[in-house]
Amino acid sequence: MNEIVKDRAGLTRRGLLQSGGALVVAFSVPAGLAGTAGPAAAREPHRPLDPAALDSWIAVGEDGRVTIYWGKMDMGQGTDTGIAIMAAEELDVDVDVVDIVAGDTALCVDQGGASSSSGVQRSGVAIRHAAAEARRLLLELAAEELEVPAADLRVENGTVVAASDASKSVSYGELVGGQLFSHKLDWNGRLGNSLELAGTAQPKDPSEYRLVGTHIPRKDVPGKVMATMDFAHHLVVPGMLHGRTVRPPVAGAVPEAIDDSSIADTGAQVVWKGNFVGVVAEDEWDAIRAARDLAVTWSEPGPQLQTDTGGVHDFIRRAEIKSEEHTTDDGDFDGALAGAATVVEAEYEYPFQSHARMAPAFGLVDVRDGGATIWTDSQKPHSVRPGVADVLGLPIENVRAIWMPGPGSYGRSDADDGAIDAAVMSAEVGRPVRVQWMRNEGIAWDPKGVASVSTGRAAIDADGNVVGYHYGIKGFSRQNMRSRGDEAGSVLAGHLLGREPHNAYAARSPEQSYAFDAMRYTEQVIDPLLKVASPLRTAHFRDPMGMEVHFGQESFIDEVAEAAGADPVAFRLKHLTEPRDRAVVELAAEKANWQSRVGPNPDPGDGAVRRGRGIAYAQRNGAVNALVAEVEVNLETGEVYVPRFILASDHGQIINRKSMRTTLEGNLIMALSRTLFEEVEFDPEMVRSEDWATYPILEMAQVPQAIDIHMIDRTDIGPRGAGEASTRIVPGAVANAVYDATGIRIRKLPLTNAGVRAQLTGA
Amino acid sequence: MTKQTFEITVDGETRSVIAEPDMPLLYALRGALEKKGPKFGCGLAQCGACTVLLDGEPIRSCVTPIDSVSGEVRTLDGLATDGTPHPVQAAFIEEEAPQCGYCTNGWMMYAVAMLEKNPDVSDQEIRDNFAGLKCRCGTHMAILRATKAAADAMKA
Repeated sequence: MNEIVKDRAGLTRRGLLQSGGALVVAFSVPAGLAGTAGPAAAREPHRPLDPAALDSWIAVGEDGRVTIYWGKMDMGQGTDTGIAIMAAEELDVDVDVVDIVAGDTALCVDQGGASSSSGVQRSGVAIRHAAAEARRLLLELAAEELEVPAADLRVENGTVVAASDASKSVSYGELVGGQLFSHKLDWNGRLGNSLELAGTAQPKDPSEYRLVGTHIPRKDVPGKVMATMDFAHHLVVPGMLHGRTVRPPVAGAVPEAIDDSSIADTGAQVVWKGNFVGVVAEDEWDAIRAARDLAVTWSEPGPQLQTDTGGVHDFIRRAEIKSEEHTTDDGDFDGALAGAATVVEAEYEYPFQSHARMAPAFGLVDVRDGGATIWTDSQKPHSVRPGVADVLGLPIENVRAIWMPGPGSYGRSDADDGAIDAAVMSAEVGRPVRVQWMRNEGIAWDPKGVASVSTGRAAIDADGNVVGYHYGIKGFSRQNMRSRGDEAGSVLAGHLLGREPHNAYAARSPEQSYAFDAMRYTEQVIDPLLKVASPLRTAHFRDPMGMEVHFGQESFIDEVAEAAGADPVAFRLKHLTEPRDRAVVELAAEKANWQSRVGPNPDPGDGAVRRGRGIAYAQRNGAVNALVAEVEVNLETGEVYVPRFILASDHGQIINRKSMRTTLEGNLIMALSRTLFEEVEFDPEMVRSEDWATYPILEMAQVPQAIDIHMIDRTDIGPRGAGEASTRIVPGAVANAVYDATGIRIRKLPLTNAGVRAQLTGA
Repeated sequence: MTKQTFEITVDGETRSVIAEPDMPLLYALRGALEKKGPKFGCGLAQCGACTVLLDGEPIRSCVTPIDSVSGEVRTLDGLATDGTPHPVQAAFIEEEAPQCGYCTNGWMMYAVAMLEKNPDVSDQEIRDNFAGLKCRCGTHMAILRATKAAADAMKA
């Protein structure tokens, strides 16, 4: 630990001296970065970028404004405001004086980007500790300045006041304005999501909170509504060209010849490198026309995708298992199965799904002088930086990625691909290039959510006790593309330039506290349908494989409950072991006025529309949610409508109450869309879902009449991420409600009208 | 095709734009006119992110050729009066309706078009008015609350 600088006059000099220490990496402008605007200006050149240095996280200006340098970024749920609240709370300043600088690799330590809903849960807690330590140092400085013991000081919005004599006061700005703390924190030595910080000071006890747990207006909303905020898409840099990529008509085809004259009237230039084809033009519309009209002779590789939409689940069943793991294996499941009086068995199918962002991929990159500046809406700019360095063969220290807001991202979307495409084109033409994918690329070529087949098997004894329980999932890998686009094999342009994917075999198991005498969870992963440059490459999509796993699991729990002669809520409560899990199930059931019964609703209505309700529950990284869905099923059309959701949610400590509520609503609506509508259509040659007509998502007509949210605030355990946890319970709750309404168990998503109608009439 | 000069009136200002006749209005708004409200989402009139008002009616600027535009174009950028938010904007801010905010332009422009004609609308009419718009973050409930609040404010 460095000694605290108590002499204000000496702070500048000594601070600067200390910042030259071996552990402090000074930020200097690498080649190619000159002239960049924006948040770069917010940080003095001598400010460190060392996770262990307090100055890497917090700066106090002469005007008393506080800047937090945050290594994640907000994807629209107000997480930046949450970070500001957590910092302001510890520092005893108003949220309004806190500015957040996010996602600039030259200014912010790598906290993993937007990832695993860990914004407040992990990065926020790290910043909470840094802010508490900063306050402690500020009080020590104030004690010296005011000649009052630190214990006799209080802070009122950034002004330290002597409790015994209110005439004695000094502001944070006066104490350290513009200077460094030159103070070390205890850092756990890790970057990314698991980065942790601690100081001598302990964060506040929740009983002292003024801000945390209230409603603080989000910082980002007015700019979005008033059209004053810059999205990444608004950025224009001098000399910039507009780029568009040109994709093959069938998967696996590569360019064999290109007729430049086909786009002569556009003035655009062709960029052809390896199997990468793009165009650049001064004018955006000319680039779009050129990409549309460019005459490319493509190879004819024949069908590469091996199967199609209707065949993919049988393909998965037959496919060679490349990786298998029993993530839970307690007791003698096989023995329990052999000795069972009744065996319940069922399979559940989940489709490929697209991130389908509101705008397809974007990237603006300026490659020059052996370096690159990247403006990206990727949720992981610290990964785009090494990705671009790898694809272009640049030293990483000469590459800087600057995040700017874009359309919601929801995981390893196409955003990383767009940035790399722009880098490839900028390197080829020697000017900054702005890439915007077109809609067909955003759905047909983004990395996909995983298609899978789940299997449940349960053993029930003669007395109706569940004595053995097995749930397994078999599917493609959620990390065929790495969740970080940090190397060439994890991005499309890398494949087109000759690199192969990383392809880790990764799946997921249920995150729940069910306990049975013998139980086993199994994950089985298969190879991708096409290894390189595949439109069906798979990667993380909001709550990666959480939807897949818990759709089947929570449907199967209901099937087992009925076979055991139990009500779905009572069965869950009987087998759940975690008190927080039981609490949300009980709360959801109570608020939904749950009527206990075994089997389907005996009184679902007698017209075309039948009514039912279902429940599902799951944990996720320390959060836990239970959801009751009320549904109406039209027997004639097959339409499933959810008029009402009742959610009981426990995300630990609530930081910003209204943001929590809107985030949960968003999770439920997006997951409802995925439950009812979303399936990537493809044939052996190519993905055929390529716009909102061929990849429909939920619209206003299908939005529930009411979403009742009941939040449990557990201030004692700290925050748990809310960005994804409540998505995974939606398909199970809805499918269980459809069964309650109709007596028909639907084990295949999505619940489209045609699909449901076929099941209803086939029964 | 060759580029021509087109005069378009946007947010009360008449501007010259040099473009191909078939260039969609969106690219003039995003480009030369530097508007931040209308956004590229699909280029197919399927999502609404590019919506502007043409003589008070919502149009999809991503499929509207610039040579077909005659009349007053109004964008999200021009809704406020001397810095005072339009009632629809005020309500969207109060409700914190956007998440990522990329699609929000379309919902607000459709709300403005509806409510400026008649703020006395039922919940069902509000829902029906939004048919064809997309939001990926799932902000629909907040949009409904905000639009209802805006309607109430505009009735008052």
